[in-house]
Amino acid sequence: MQRNFNHTTIVTIEKVVDETPTVRTLYFSDDIMSNVLPGQFAMVWIPGINELPMSVMISNESGKAAFTVRKHGLASTGLFNIKTGEKIGVRGPYGNAFDIKQGKLLLVGGGTGLVPMMRLLTHVKPTDDVTVLIGAKSKDEVFFENLANDLLTNNSHNVIVCTDDGSYGEKGFVTDVVEKLVSDTHFDGVYTCGPEKMMYKTVQSAHSRGIFVQASLERMMKCGVGICGSCCVGEDLACKDGTIFDGVHLSQNKEFGYSHRNKAGILEDY
Amino acid sequence: MEPSLATSVGKMKLDKPAMLASGILGISLDVFNRLYRSGAGAVVTKSLSSEPWEGYPNPTIFSVNGGGWMNAVGLSNPGASNFAKMIEPNQDVPIIVSLVGSIPKDFEMMINEFKNCNVTAFELNLSCPHVAKVGLEVGDDPELVKKIVTTVKNSTTAPVIAKVGLGTTNYLNTVKTAIDSGIDAITAINTVRAMAIDVETQRPILSNKYGGLSGTPIKPIALRCVYEISSKYDIPIIGCGGISTWEDAIEFFLAGASAIQLGSAIGDNWINVFDDINKGVLEYMKQKNYSTIEEMVGLAKKF
Repeated sequence: MQRNFNHTTIVTIEKVVDETPTVRTLYFSDDIMSNVLPGQFAMVWIPGINELPMSVMISNESGKAAFTVRKHGLASTGLFNIKTGEKIGVRGPYGNAFDIKQGKLLLVGGGTGLVPMMRLLTHVKPTDDVTVLIGAKSKDEVFFENLANDLLTNNSHNVIVCTDDGSYGEKGFVTDVVEKLVSDTHFDGVYTCGPEKMMYKTVQSAHSRGIFVQASLERMMKCGVGICGSCCVGEDLACKDGTIFDGVHLSQNKEFGYSHRNKAGILEDY
Repeated sequence: MEPSLATSVGKMKLDKPAMLASGILGISLDVFNRLYRSGAGAVVTKSLSSEPWEGYPNPTIFSVNGGGWMNAVGLSNPGASNFAKMIEPNQDVPIIVSLVGSIPKDFEMMINEFKNCNVTAFELNLSCPHVAKVGLEVGDDPELVKKIVTTVKNSTTAPVIAKVGLGTTNYLNTVKTAIDSGIDAITAINTVRAMAIDVETQRPILSNKYGGLSGTPIKPIALRCVYEISSKYDIPIIGCGGISTWEDAIEFFLAGASAIQLGSAIGDNWINVFDDINKGVLEYMKQKNYSTIEEMVGLAKKF
């Protein structure tokens, strides 16, 4: 029988890797999740705790996929605490995928927003020249720097880490580096995922110069299938119309960069 | 003559017969505008309470193998006051405000919040199957239904609709009480109380354990209820429950509904479903030579 992708499939966690003290990657086997496109997400059920949207992480082994989670609230901490051999549920994949241009690409990720960026790196052409910007508060929160370099072994590439406190890589905000890079060089595509303010500035920097840019938005999500309406951003539904939107669309959206809805659906400022 | 999709539910006039059902996509005016442009005749808001509610933890929605959805979102909503401010700029979209509460005073206070809003009607949620002290627990109590409907009717000049569902008492008694108390129309039906258990982890899937079943599996039940109500009472009816195609819509008209509501179909087919149904209904009307929807309403009752 063909799998109903809206129906939760139970998978067993096979391996857990600590990325930082607060970030872990959980690996599991699932053919459908192993083949999702960069930017797509799954609804992940942590039995007895919650269900939350997670961008699907890569695994180098065929038929396997992963989620990279930062412990933050109840649900994400629940997922963070899942051990090898324990079960979670997955449904999806949901959402659209990045429109991957060719040539000179810039990827800007902050925190677990790096997950779709890593998946995107597995889809670039060997002829692409790729710059990856990784933003973090401090040295102990930096992860995926080696992975990014490994994935780009065959490409002309540059992986730049920025920390807010200067404890590693360049000191300062990743968005300042974006502004400098796009004002010096033409990029064929800019992609970003992470904190909304970071994405907002990145989109502004690129879009104002006519550079193609896409951002993957995060919103309070309950159903993931366009029923509950929790994830609306203006007239868009992050789960059905996104989560990826381009600069042209985002520059016309009144809520992007400014506000999001809480669990009750009340608009709150960032 | 080109047939018209316009319909009337009592004194409520709609350009098109398919509305957005309550609980679906209903928290932003921008989304309401988009749905209206997509062919919805009206939008019904999420059920609003006197205070903001966060609803239940996830999982709140579950896809049933074989068709249909189960949900226990828990009536999450921004509260009547916040919501009224949000829709205040509305000019174009026919908005039906759904309200949920435990006592008549809740409803009276909430309706007062909308005094500066362009509201097409109020729909009283007397039938949510998964939140305690409201919804079905209210609908199952005839005295309370009488008091709430009477209070609401005295608080507004807008049409008032009661949304009924299958609770522990005969829903037809709730319908009768609402009619006797002055209700303007009935929406039938709400989701049907149900549950799902995951066999691998052996636990109920929804965080609330119980939820409401919607979508194609409940369509024949909803159709039966519309037929029963329209056979028994002279009251305008809005059909709701598993409608996803134009044929479904026609079935509900023939059973006695003057308009319909869509919910789960949006999860299955996204918002193009409004336009698809409008086109199909129009084509059917041309073939059968009807110029108004009203001509079809209740035709199946003559057999």
